[in-house]
This record gives sequence, structure tokens and C-alpha cells, in this order.
Amino acid sequence: MLPNKLNKIILALVMTLFLGACATQQKATTPSPAPSLGSTDDAYTGTETVKFLADGVPDRVFFATNKSDLTTAASATLAKQATYLKANPTLNVVLEGHADERGTREYNLALGERRATAAKNYLISNGIAANRIKVISYGKEKPVNPASNALAWSQNRRAVTVKTN
Amino acid sequence: MKNYIYKIVFLFFLITSKSFALVTVDITRGNLDPLPVAISNFYFDINIDSNLKKTNIENKIPEIVQNNLTRSGLFFALDKKSFIQKPEVAHNKPRFEDWSFIKAQVLVTGKISLEKDERLKVEFKLWDVVSATELSALAFYTVPDNWRRVAHLISDKIYERLTGEKGYFDTRIIYVAETGPKVNRKKRLAVMDQDGFGVKYLTLGNEIVLTPRFSPTNQLVTYMSYYKNLPRVYLLNIETGLQDLVGDFPGMTFAPRFSSDGKKIIMSFAQEGNSDIYTMDIKTRVVEKLTDHPSIDTSPSYSPDGAQIAFNSDRSGFQQIYTMKSDGTNVKRISFGDGLYGTPVWSPRGDLIAFTKLYRNKFYIGVMRSDGSGERLLTENYYQEAPSWAPNGRVLIFYRETASDTAGRGGGAKLWSIDLTGYNERLILTETDASDPSWSGLLSAK
Repeated sequence: MLPNKLNKIILALVMTLFLGACATQQKATTPSPAPSLGSTDDAYTGTETVKFLADGVPDRVFFATNKSDLTTAASATLAKQATYLKANPTLNVVLEGHADERGTREYNLALGERRATAAKNYLISNGIAANRIKVISYGKEKPVNPASNALAWSQNRRAVTVKTN
Repeated sequence: MKNYIYKIVFLFFLITSKSFALVTVDITRGNLDPLPVAISNFYFDINIDSNLKKTNIENKIPEIVQNNLTRSGLFFALDKKSFIQKPEVAHNKPRFEDWSFIKAQVLVTGKISLEKDERLKVEFKLWDVVSATELSALAFYTVPDNWRRVAHLISDKIYERLTGEKGYFDTRIIYVAETGPKVNRKKRLAVMDQDGFGVKYLTLGNEIVLTPRFSPTNQLVTYMSYYKNLPRVYLLNIETGLQDLVGDFPGMTFAPRFSSDGKKIIMSFAQEGNSDIYTMDIKTRVVEKLTDHPSIDTSPSYSPDGAQIAFNSDRSGFQQIYTMKSDGTNVKRISFGDGLYGTPVWSPRGDLIAFTKLYRNKFYIGVMRSDGSGERLLTENYYQEAPSWAPNGRVLIFYRETASDTAGRGGGAKLWSIDLTGYNERLILTETDASDPSWSGLLSAK
């Protein structure tokens, strides 16, 4: 009873929203990176959990605690993604931003969005059209490693590029 | 779903406040010295029908009252086995020596009868055993199915009479019910009475739902849903099941909360790596942008008078709590202690702001005055956040998670409550794991 009724209403609203969303413009503002509180360079550098968009093109980049700036390794990965996307011009992607579990839920949603946007802006600055890239934040809701330790948290602080077609 | 809150009519049929009550409870001191209270079973009027007798509510109603009062930490319920007088005799003319003999300072008695129109009539009396006087006597009329709410209303009246503060028992909690493995958690919106009974699931779990918040004035709820994989804020009427998208934003909206008059929703909208705070008037749908800063501005919460807003920003470089006027001007940082501060929530009394603090890898729930002074940490743990105030501003509910092992086991979320005093921390039992609790206003105040 309830869900059906709801779904119809939501569907209608979502349709309106989609139409609205198509009309939005692309702004090129990058948020000023937060000044660091000591050195917290704990971004994950390993290969566990990493998948590949194609041979030699890793699908994800990792971030330091509370940070959204791209590490050297992250930029290198995104450069490969950009090359791959240029070679496959009909391919669209969504960038999924994530946070670890050691933060409040709402702040983490914003942080995930900021991380995914940082990765998106890198792709755009490397020549990928903005309309090929969508962004979604999952905050801390979708960890890839469920453990409660520093390794898991570093693997969960990530932006993952996912093909949508 | 329809008519899930029945109307309850109550009448003051005898109010004897003429005698000055000797018994009072000081609720500012925590549960150091709970008041001994005797809660007698109620009794059925002789002409009650046998179906109603089978319900056993003459024992169940006082049991709920007893559980409520005990959970508040302010009262200590005496064992019924020690009671000398029968419920009917005690209700009509208590022999106070019998009750002071067992060290009761307060006595609760009651009677249940059926009106001609099939409505239930529940009378209760509150007696001061020490001064041998009746403190209050009330009758509640409702449909028989609604007896549980009557028990909560009686609890509120007792709490109010003895503490001088409004009660918070005739209320509900909306929360997120969690099941399944941590990497693929199923999350459903759920609502229950404040004592954990009568849970109802409002969504099926097909999409992630987060941060439901009750309107302080009615049965509307605002929450965030990933319906169709578009993270957006929704407005839901939990009585009719009708819901609506809040605003028309081209990206993620999150962290919604009602203004204290229930007329606006305040929330964050994230775009291009920048989250700012917006309001939407529920009636006119007019959207207003309140902050404009390249940092993350989120977790907004109105002061009860509507004049100010507390929120969370990392404009200083890391998460801190700020306040501003409701038009977005006069932004002031108020948290200056060590660590990160998040989720500010203004007390319904207006004087305090509850928050979550992360310091040296531990999470704290605390309170500070609205100018940031007088910080007091109430509880420390591995992970906990999202405090929500009981409508009388005396109790906070929040959720806590424990660490999970390398296989992801053991890290479930549970609801907890704690008094403003820092005493009386209690687990609130739920059928499933639970997070993001939000306390309703008093249902009877509607």
C-alpha cells in the first residue's frame, strides 16, 4: 500500500528533477583545500580492492583522512582514466565519492561529494567533457572493507570511477 | 497506517493542588537518589465486559507507567509483592500507614471502566504518602486499543506533577533500522513509541535512507533517500504515507531538519565540492540560500525561537560548530576545544547545544551553551553521534557503533539515551540494529 503510492509520487518528482538537472551549468570552481592539521598523509597506496576500467587503468583513487586533495598517485591514476576516456568517447562515467566510518554521517556525505568532485575536475582539466561525468556521494554508507582498522579506513576513503554505459 | 494516532480526551475531574506537595524530585541532580514510588495495579469496574478483562490491561497500564518512570532514572519502583492494600481499596481510600511502612513516598492507583459509547475510561490518582494527600486525579477517555498511549499520558502527568517539568513519554522515535552485512547494509525508515513498542517500518529497504527528523509540531518527517540513486531530501507524512521531494536541486541535498515552528526545512545542498545551507518554506516552496562559503557547511539546526542557526563547517580547516542569525548573517565560531566538532542540535529549552566530538580517536556526545561556553562531555565511546533531544530538553537519544573485526562482524549500531546530567545512560532495545534516532514532540500537545 504505502510503497506503491509513494513510488508514483516520487517518480513524478524525480522526472521533474531530471528535466531540471539537464539545464544546469557547469561551474569550474574548486573548493579551497582545507589547511592541514598536522601531517596526515595516510592515503592508501596498495592495490587491494582496486578494480580496472581496462587493462592498466585503475578504477579508484584514495585520500588522506579528512582530505579531498589528490595525491601524486591519485593524479597518475586519473591521468590514465582520462586517456582511456578520450580513447572511448561514447563512454560516460559516474564518480562515486566515499568516506571512512570515523566521521559524522552528514559531514561524510559532503566530504564524499568533495572527493568525487576533485577527481571529476581532474578528468575535466585533462580534456574530458563535463557532461560525460556524474558525481554521487555515498559518505560512509558503502565501505569496501568492513573492518574497523586503519587499513580498512584508508581503503574506504576513495573516489571510484564507474562506467554507466 | 490511517489514523494511527487516536485522539485521546482527558478531563481533570478532581484536581487537588490545594495542599502543598512535600514530595518533589530535583531532576537537575541526576539519578543519585531516585524517589521510591509504589505503583499499584489498577482494577476493573464491575460492569466491564469479559473481552476487556482478558486484555489484562489493569496490570499492563501500571507496568508501562512503572517502566517509563524507572527508565527516567528519577524514580525507584517498589516491589508489588510488598503492597498490603488491594488496588480497589487503595484507589478509593488508601491507608497511608500501609504505604509508608514499605517506604513508598508516592502512590499511584487507578480504575478502568467502559463508557456507554464503548470508550475506555482510565482514571488514575497520584498520592503523596508522606503528607497523606491526593496530588492529582485524572481520567482519560479513548478507544480500548489505545490503552498503551493512556499509560504514557499517565506517566507524563506523574512526571510533571513531581518534577515540575513536562514529561516526554507520550512521544515517538523515528530512526533507521539496519540489517545485513556492513558492505551492503539494508536501511529502512522505522518509527516506534519512545519505549520501543509498536515499531512500524515505513520503507522497504530498496534504497539507502538516512537522517530522518521529526517535525517538532506534527507528524511530518524529513529525511534523505537514495531513491533512484539520487540522494535527496524528502518530506514524509507518516500518517498518510504521502511524501514529497524537498526543493528542486540539481545535486545532493542532505542533513535536513525542521525549524522549531515546523514551517521550514533547513538542509545542505552539495555542488562542485561545496556544501552550503539552504531553507525551504514548506507551504510556499520558496528556497533561500543562507551560507556561501567554499567550505563544507552542514548539519544545521534552528534555535527554538527561530532567530539563530547552529551548524557545522570546516572553514577553519576542520570541523567546528558555528552559529549565525537566521538570515545567514553574523557567523560566529563557538567550538574551540581540542578535536573536531559536529552535529550541533539546539535544545528545545534554548540554552544548550548538543554535539558530537571526535578527539584522539574517541567519539563523545556533549553539550555547550549556545555561545560555546560551558562544554560538558556526557559520554565517551568508540563511535557515537547524532544526539536528538527529548521534547523537555532533559534527555538525549543518540546512536553508538562498536568496532568490527576484519571480517566486518560485531559493529552494529544501537540506540542509547542519556540524561543531560551525564547520568542514566541506557540502551534502547530495537528489533534490528538502529541509527539516526529523532525524538518527536509530545503527541498530546497536537
